[in-house]
Amino acid sequence: MSTLEIKDLHVSVKTEDGPKEILKGVTLTIKDGEIHAIMGPNGSGKSTLAYSIAGHPKYDVTGGTVTLDGEDVLAMSVDERARAGLFLAMQYPVEVPGVSVSNFLRTAKTAIDGEAPKLRTWVKDVNGTLEKLDLDASFSTRSVNEGFSGGEKKRHEIAQLELLDPKVAVLDETDSGLDIDALKVVSEGVNRFTEGADKGLLLITHYTRILRYIKPDFVHVFVNGRIADQGGPELADQLESEGYDKYVKAAV
Amino acid sequence: MTVTADNVTSALEAEKVSSHLHPEGSLDVNDHPAPNGREEIWRFTPLKRLRGLAADAEFQASTTETSWNTPEGVRIANVSGEEARGLRGISGLVPNTRFGARVLSEVPSTLLVDVPSDLEIAEPVIVDLVGKDAGVTEAGHIPLRFGAHSSAVVVLRHTGSASMAQVVEVAVGDGARVTVVSLQDWADDAVHLTHHEAVVGRDAEYKHAAISVGGDVVRMDSNVHYDGPGGSANMLGLYFADEGQHIEHHLYVDHDAPHTNSNANYRGALQGEGAHTVWIGNVLIRKVAAGINTYEENRNLVLTDGCQADSVPNLEIETGEIEGAGHASATGRFDDNQLFYLRSRGIEENEARRLVVHGFFNDLIRQIGVEALDEKLRDIVADELEKNVLDIPFEAATN
Repeated sequence: MSTLEIKDLHVSVKTEDGPKEILKGVTLTIKDGEIHAIMGPNGSGKSTLAYSIAGHPKYDVTGGTVTLDGEDVLAMSVDERARAGLFLAMQYPVEVPGVSVSNFLRTAKTAIDGEAPKLRTWVKDVNGTLEKLDLDASFSTRSVNEGFSGGEKKRHEIAQLELLDPKVAVLDETDSGLDIDALKVVSEGVNRFTEGADKGLLLITHYTRILRYIKPDFVHVFVNGRIADQGGPELADQLESEGYDKYVKAAV
Repeated sequence: MTVTADNVTSALEAEKVSSHLHPEGSLDVNDHPAPNGREEIWRFTPLKRLRGLAADAEFQASTTETSWNTPEGVRIANVSGEEARGLRGISGLVPNTRFGARVLSEVPSTLLVDVPSDLEIAEPVIVDLVGKDAGVTEAGHIPLRFGAHSSAVVVLRHTGSASMAQVVEVAVGDGARVTVVSLQDWADDAVHLTHHEAVVGRDAEYKHAAISVGGDVVRMDSNVHYDGPGGSANMLGLYFADEGQHIEHHLYVDHDAPHTNSNANYRGALQGEGAHTVWIGNVLIRKVAAGINTYEENRNLVLTDGCQADSVPNLEIETGEIEGAGHASATGRFDDNQLFYLRSRGIEENEARRLVVHGFFNDLIRQIGVEALDEKLRDIVADELEKNVLDIPFEAATN
């Protein structure tokens, strides 16, 4: 049982002209077994929501609450949030030169579990996961995200999702920049993760394309730092044909 | 950066022009006044902490204990008299410092490592220099001679306490493949002033790695020039300065032959109040050096407040007929985005910093490529990090 509960979340960033409010009161509850899609135009604050949940220092939470199974997420450090069971697949994964993928994965797994994984099963798990994501075994000797293609970066994010096995995952535009084959591979990985039924997923996307492969239970339309509309999967179809125009105009 | 195009002098005297960053040398001690600290080549160095080594400190009988292994076919010996005198200047060194000239003319014995032509040895020669008394000012001369088409690795490992002026001369024969590593892992009270001069033969490959982590003051000048076309020099450096430490590296690559290559990659980390590192990288491309390729890079990672990293890459180009020439220098703190990424995977902040610093040096350790040293170098980085990085309050990383 796990529930991520976001209530009236206000977030601002520092700018040269002082703080600028990006999220203007976001309320959203993700229960386990649920897949939520957040869709919205560029600049609507979707990524800010993702990074705020993960605790990026650039974003100041000025109001509201975020809890995971009743625990105050906002009071946790970035790494505490991950160890509590949150995961963010990033739109722009960061290069860490000189740190190999295998070292990184093992260090992260050890941190999340509180103990080192059993060597034999771990190596098998890593290789199996990489293989399912169409990543060569030599991938684990490369430096984290350094020189990766866009597709490799996203597949690496999903490999982490599968191996670290969080309670609730936030995917920030994981589909952007992927060709259709890579999109399928990535979607299959995400579906393997949500198969467990006790997992929550928040899928942030600009396009409806990925929703052909990952079926959301709820769709939220995100405009100007707020949820402007919500509904079931049919809302995605409506957005596909009509776009965000009517929401953007209404928000102005 | 300094770029000087052809000038009148070079037009008149193509062979004799030398870099203004590298004053003309002389073997005569009297041609070198004691430095006062205002000279370009001395302006970063804390002369007062050098115990007179750069000037006129007495070169006393050495108290440093020296030992080595001897792979088959290699001659390693302390020599003196005529033989020692014959080894002075085998790299073509004409000193541009008083201490360099003094070492060549005043030091009675010399420690020769002689690898004959065509000998290929897999086992590295490791020369241990263990300082016993920082109160004794001493000087040493170490010629490393590699015959044509030989292949060898020589490691000079400095530990303990000493106040040492030193000249290391490296003669890399035609077609030889040579790695020279100098490890400065001194105790806190050591002072080390050292000049490494190498001449790289035709089609030879020379790799030099300077690893400076211990000592109160370490200054190393690592110079290279060529004795024919086709030679290459890979100049690597790894340094770590703690509280109060001064670690200074000068690099001078003199492209005085065509179709030669050079690459420099120095990486350093600093932590603690008063930690100071200096990196000066000079590359001179002479008129004769057509078709050369050079790249120099220095990166510094500043781990705490109160440190100073000076980094000055210079490039002097006297011919336009080159393949490539470039340089890069960057000094910065931890990258917040890297730390965020690692921490978002559950990795605690200190562990994340450790990973980033290890990663920063790992590529370099791989490039040094001396297997027998890999683990030692990783341990050095780990030990340095143990000292400080675990418990520093660091506002910039979390704001």
